[in-house]
Amino acid sequence: MGLLLSYSLRNLAARRMTAAFTVIGMGLVVFVFAAVLMLAHGLERTLVSTGSSDNIIVTREAATSETVSILGRDQAGVVKTEPEIAVGPDAKALTASEIVVLISASKRSNGDAANVVIRGTGPEAFTLRQDIKLKAGRMFAPGTSEVVAGRSVAKNFEGCGLGENVRFAGRVWNVVGVFDAGGSGFDSELWGDAEQVQQAFRRPIFSSVTARLRDPGSFDAMKRRLEADPRLTVEVEREREYYEKQSRATASFIRVIGLAVTILFSMGAMIGAMITMYAAVASRTTEIATLRALGFTRFTVLRVFLAEAFLLGTLGGVLGLVAASFLSLVSVSTTNWDTFSELAFSFSVSPGIIIGSLIFAVLMGVIGGFLPAVRAARADIVNSLRKA
Amino acid sequence: MAENVIEVKEVEKTYYRDRMPIPVLRGLSLAVPEGDFVALMGPSGSGKTTLLNLIAGIDRPDKGRIIVAGTDLGTLPEGQLAKWRSRHIGFVFQFYNLLPVLTASGNVELPLLLTKLSKKERRDHVRAALELVGLGDRMSHSPRQLSGGQEQRVAIARALVTDPTVIVADEPTGDLDKQSATEILDLLGRLNKEFHKTVVMVTHDPRAAERARVVHHLDKGELD
Ligand SMILES: Nc1ncnc2c1ncn2[C@@H]1O[C@H](COP(=O)(O)OP(=O)(O)OP(=O)(O)O)[C@@H](O)[C@H]1O
Ligand SMILES: [Mg+2]
Repeated sequence: MGLLLSYSLRNLAARRMTAAFTVIGMGLVVFVFAAVLMLAHGLERTLVSTGSSDNIIVTREAATSETVSILGRDQAGVVKTEPEIAVGPDAKALTASEIVVLISASKRSNGDAANVVIRGTGPEAFTLRQDIKLKAGRMFAPGTSEVVAGRSVAKNFEGCGLGENVRFAGRVWNVVGVFDAGGSGFDSELWGDAEQVQQAFRRPIFSSVTARLRDPGSFDAMKRRLEADPRLTVEVEREREYYEKQSRATASFIRVIGLAVTILFSMGAMIGAMITMYAAVASRTTEIATLRALGFTRFTVLRVFLAEAFLLGTLGGVLGLVAASFLSLVSVSTTNWDTFSELAFSFSVSPGIIIGSLIFAVLMGVIGGFLPAVRAARADIVNSLRKA
Repeated sequence: MAENVIEVKEVEKTYYRDRMPIPVLRGLSLAVPEGDFVALMGPSGSGKTTLLNLIAGIDRPDKGRIIVAGTDLGTLPEGQLAKWRSRHIGFVFQFYNLLPVLTASGNVELPLLLTKLSKKERRDHVRAALELVGLGDRMSHSPRQLSGGQEQRVAIARALVTDPTVIVADEPTGDLDKQSATEILDLLGRLNKEFHKTVVMVTHDPRAAERARVVHHLDKGELD
């Protein structure tokens, strides 16, 4: 029924001021709704893309993150010689024993201190993680107090840019290179020589061993064997799953708090839609009665007004989504609640978020418009005609 | 004489205001033969509109029967009554009651949405109806761009486009100047004579009543 739809549309256009305010109100709520989901999704994407599915990561049993995991040199040594591990072009096993420590650094924006991950590693760090590229400067030289910085750290923290110096663990470290980890969590880290980091922090241990598997299918068997090995107290996971797990706590926290707030806001928007629709019904009593006299049923009247509320909601949803889409350009940082280090990431939109936000918007409109539509449908024809 | 298209039998209707009963129709009976043109006159509050609403099937009596176009309206549940109205009744209101956001042709097309006509057929019917009332050149005008007399002509087009059995008009000239009123009465007269529509018209205007074949006077809910 195109005519009735155009009737609804034209009525909205006829009340464009009220309709516009209602749409803007709903748009704001949808904006916040979408923003929260985009934030959580961006965080997950960052951490999910951290790590490769061919790699495994070995940490201490029950360690919730690398920063609290301790592996003795002997344990790391055992893991490194496993037969499933792939061999690189230089005939060496593709594996990196790494020490991960948190340091405190000042943010460029406001000088506030925040935690940054420093990863003591070796040249294998780059061979193992093919997606990570040095984009400026050079690699740190082994045996020196040189570091390379992930691009987010380089950008956001004092002394971490190319050619700058940063102080921690009683030493001054030169930043000789900046690497690009494609927006993954590694972009929020500083990498240096493992032995130098161990010495500076006086911690002669490793946090994790990362290794490339010759055949990713051998993972299960290897995991079972290593975790059962009496010499080792370790946990073996695929690198990608390991980092993915770390995003869960923070992402769900953002979602729960954010959605609770938006649902509260949405009450306001729904009441707005309800007031608009009640006003529409009240100003059209005679029209409604005329439609009914012509033979349209109560159900059709209900549908006409619900369609109007639906249109209001859809417009609000589109408006909110358009506004939210600009957020994709914004990069934010937050404390990763699993490592307590600062993690940079971007708002990220997904088809699911777009559909979800539209459904949310339409629901707001339809729920807000429901009671007014029922009132319209229930109005008595004769009484309404008399009021003319 | 032709068969009665409208039969009102012993109808009673009482309204209540603040629990006070206001008896409007008390045992009223009326028969209108097919193709007749009836005017209902009477003082304000005598129940003319009430009677018209009952005949048109938008109100129900407390007692008595109303049979229009062969159907006892009391037997129809609400949904079917609505469908019955769309088929058999054409409404003309004092204040036209056009939907302001739709064009003239949109307004006339409305009742056709309830028929099985195709879009093209609907458009042809709408054009024919508007041409009949002399507004073939105003199809896409909105009601606001029309004079009162033109609006009422659009309303008449809307009432006749479905080819209803009965046209009910409640003070169709009540809001119009003399000349427009004459045009509207001419139109109703044509519908009655050329198209053999039964017309029931409520009016206060004796000149309007002259156009009818019979004039019924209603007073205190009773026909004279
Ligand atoms: N819904 C209602 N509630 C209470 N009283 C009503 C209602 N509808 C009609 N009445 C009363 O019923 C009586 C008859 O009303 P009706 O509209 O039929 O008169 P009318 O002859 O059409 O008058 P008018 O010439 O002023 O249009 C009036 O006294 C009116 O106030
Ligand atoms: Mg009246």
